[in-house]
Amino acid sequence: MSRMRLFMQRVGWPRVIIGLFFVLLVVASPLLGLKLTDVVSDVLRRWALFGILVLAMVPGVQSGIGLNFGVSLGIVAGLIGATTSIELAYRMGGPARPWTELGIAFLVAIPVALIFGWAYGHLLNRVKGSEMTVSTYVGFSAVAFSKIYWAVLPVKSGTLIFPYGGEGMRNTISLEGTYGGLLSDPDVTANQPGILKWMAFRIGGVSIPIGTILLFLFVCFLVWLFLRSKSGIALSAAGENELFTRSNAIKVDSKRLQGTILSTVLGAVGIIIYGQVYGFLQLYAAPLYMGFACVAAVLIGGATTRRATIVNVIIGTLLFQGILTTSLPVIQRLVPQGSRLSEVVRPIVSNGIILYALSKTKGGNQIEK
Amino acid sequence: MDGPPILSMKGISKEYFGNQVLKNVDLTVKPGEIHALVGENGAGKSTLMNILFGMPVIHTTGGFKGEVEIAGEKVSIANPHQAMEHGIGMVHQEFMLIPDFTITENIKVGREIGRPTLFSRIFGPAMDILDRQAMRRDARKALSRIGLNIEEYVKVAGLPIGFKQFVEIAREIDKTGIKLLVFDEPTAVLAETEADRLLEIMKMITDQGIAIIFITHRLDEVKAVADSLTILRDGELVERARTEDVSVTEIAGKMIGRKVERLVELSDTCRVCDMETTALELENFSVDMPGEQVKGMDVSIYKGEIFGFGGLAGQGKIGVINGLMGLYPAQGDAFVFGEKLQLDKLGDALFKGVAFVSEDRRGVGLLLNESIERNVIFSTMQIHNRFLRKLGPFKLLNRKQAKKHTLDMIELLDIRCTGPQQKTGSLSGGNQQKVCLARALSMEPEILVVAEPTRGIDIGAKKLVLEHLVKINEELGMTIIMISSELVELRSVCDRIAIVAEGKIEQILPPDASDVAFGLAMSGMSDSVALEGGQA
Repeated sequence: MSRMRLFMQRVGWPRVIIGLFFVLLVVASPLLGLKLTDVVSDVLRRWALFGILVLAMVPGVQSGIGLNFGVSLGIVAGLIGATTSIELAYRMGGPARPWTELGIAFLVAIPVALIFGWAYGHLLNRVKGSEMTVSTYVGFSAVAFSKIYWAVLPVKSGTLIFPYGGEGMRNTISLEGTYGGLLSDPDVTANQPGILKWMAFRIGGVSIPIGTILLFLFVCFLVWLFLRSKSGIALSAAGENELFTRSNAIKVDSKRLQGTILSTVLGAVGIIIYGQVYGFLQLYAAPLYMGFACVAAVLIGGATTRRATIVNVIIGTLLFQGILTTSLPVIQRLVPQGSRLSEVVRPIVSNGIILYALSKTKGGNQIEK
Repeated sequence: MDGPPILSMKGISKEYFGNQVLKNVDLTVKPGEIHALVGENGAGKSTLMNILFGMPVIHTTGGFKGEVEIAGEKVSIANPHQAMEHGIGMVHQEFMLIPDFTITENIKVGREIGRPTLFSRIFGPAMDILDRQAMRRDARKALSRIGLNIEEYVKVAGLPIGFKQFVEIAREIDKTGIKLLVFDEPTAVLAETEADRLLEIMKMITDQGIAIIFITHRLDEVKAVADSLTILRDGELVERARTEDVSVTEIAGKMIGRKVERLVELSDTCRVCDMETTALELENFSVDMPGEQVKGMDVSIYKGEIFGFGGLAGQGKIGVINGLMGLYPAQGDAFVFGEKLQLDKLGDALFKGVAFVSEDRRGVGLLLNESIERNVIFSTMQIHNRFLRKLGPFKLLNRKQAKKHTLDMIELLDIRCTGPQQKTGSLSGGNQQKVCLARALSMEPEILVVAEPTRGIDIGAKKLVLEHLVKINEELGMTIIMISSELVELRSVCDRIAIVAEGKIEQILPPDASDVAFGLAMSGMSDSVALEGGQA
């Protein structure tokens, strides 16, 4: 009994409840006529797809800027990289080189994210105490500015260009033929040579995007390593106790800057991986609420506004995305009213989880015993 | 000035959570006299005043024992409002004024004079129109009663500090039936001329038959204006006397006098000191720390000595070290073993071999949500790059070394814990202090600075911490600078004690100097020892 209670204390009630709900949904789906293999494939795919974006929360929280609602800024940087790489490939001509294009997307996106993160970090250092509010606005305005950018850019590539005006970029850009599914779709990887064939495969009807999962875990490992390095430990201390950190000759502001930049870069990397799995890049308003989804996932995973760990990210993404992907088909089966209902239910489920997660964080009083 | 006392508190005792802060204290104030209440920090002055005003903090902690009589009548004061009705007022140290209101409005706030209107007849007096004329007249009257010649329609915002204090006094005077005013350290924030003016005003007030309780640590002011005085020490009444019957030296001695148990034999003083080598030298050193200003301090501390900084709260003894470590902006020169510190560079002292245990243990000294291990090795790892191993671009924490070192420290300082991974937030105060000490010692510093090492820890642990400091000093020859509000503590271990007053070193005294000398130095009047013969 006491061991049970200890386990509950360690895992935390919110995770137990959401976890049980998730299991219930998965168990219910075959009973309602859904294919279990499809459900599991979907959950794995969504988990791998969202992981790095959620991981972007960790350095922010640890360095003391709180939950980085402004991760949209990093997402915009990632989209700039991704679209630039497609345009470059088009202008160079020649056959499709998906791996090179993926590489170029990262090569362009990361420096842009560094610059964005640097400026954003300086801003956050000036609004100490209300970072989370400001970061929400930064996220929104970054998306708004990026809309102008997408609309006026003189792109030539057919996949990017807006079909009717012939100017600016379109809303949804297909990555078919470039790097879409390269690390996640068994149908795509089947045509790859050598070991690359094994970046995704099917076992008994369940498709496993192992390449993306490994990449996600590898980035997690890098961040974990960083947090255990001298610099990372100082960064975590800056987030926990500013005076303590200052009294050890560490500049708190530069640590916060470091955390913000890292978070922004992870956001950029995350959205490219997201596009790779999803098969599409979504421009314009799509990144607007992505920050909220990331925040919700890490909170469900057990993070607070002051502390977040890699385990929080891995568990939180699985629970949040898992529920999101399984709940809709299940509800649709239960109430077969056509596709209208799902449009109504989707925001209720996702925002409901966000609300529940936020209500369970203890906010700023974690420092007390 | 004879007759029945305006206020008489008899046999007042008070304890907070089993800690006796007042023991059977009497306080008597006669009408129209200035009665000084003197004592060190923690002597019980504030608690006594809190009881008088019926502050909630008293009642929520189990009330008090004893009787309070006002003008010969036994009363029980349950809250500050009742105290006001009994004619007791308070002039606060921090001004409780509304900056954007005029002087009149500030004086009459909460007690406005209204003229009835149609609305107020229906909705009650809250809808009265303000009778500004009458209010202005009252304000004018109150101001002239304290001889202040200032336009009553001026806004408070731009006034000099001294005037703000006078407005505050005028507000109390204006209350009808005021019989007793309490001045809590009123001169602490004033310049010298303003302070003199205030003392004059106090006399003017008492000439009008109002009694004053004057709380202060400036003994010269007590001598100058007070008619009688009560001395408290450690919650006990030491003496009630007429001011003309006691000398400043006597007051000072009685304020301090306490038995000192020496942990280091005096004959051993400077047993490991090297009087030739200066460990730390400050020249015209100033620190801009709010509430703990240091204003041009000069001092030399020798290698291997235990040097104490003492003095009353707010005088700057804490500011010295915070400035030195770069936590607050500092000016002037500081040398560590002859090397000049770059004061504008954060934590330069750390790199030059000075380690620091903060007075604010939970706020500055510890990462409460982290393990003992992380806390103990933190500074050494960040400053001296120890407990690390390289892996590609990363300098990673070396868990094995860190754990071994932490276990050594836990054994050395006898930290009571479940293991190196226990969070420091769940340790007791004494053990938290030891973790802070362990963190400082891990850096193997040449100079160890400890601020308020025994604050908030129980008596047994206090002695242990002090003994550890002495042991470190003797065995490693480490120079120790100790900052403490508790003079007894300083006198039990230090080789020399600098008393800080008004941001400067008032006097450097040996630990066996007389109580009088310490008392006078703390009041910032060490010169008068010579004047009055200096015996106690």
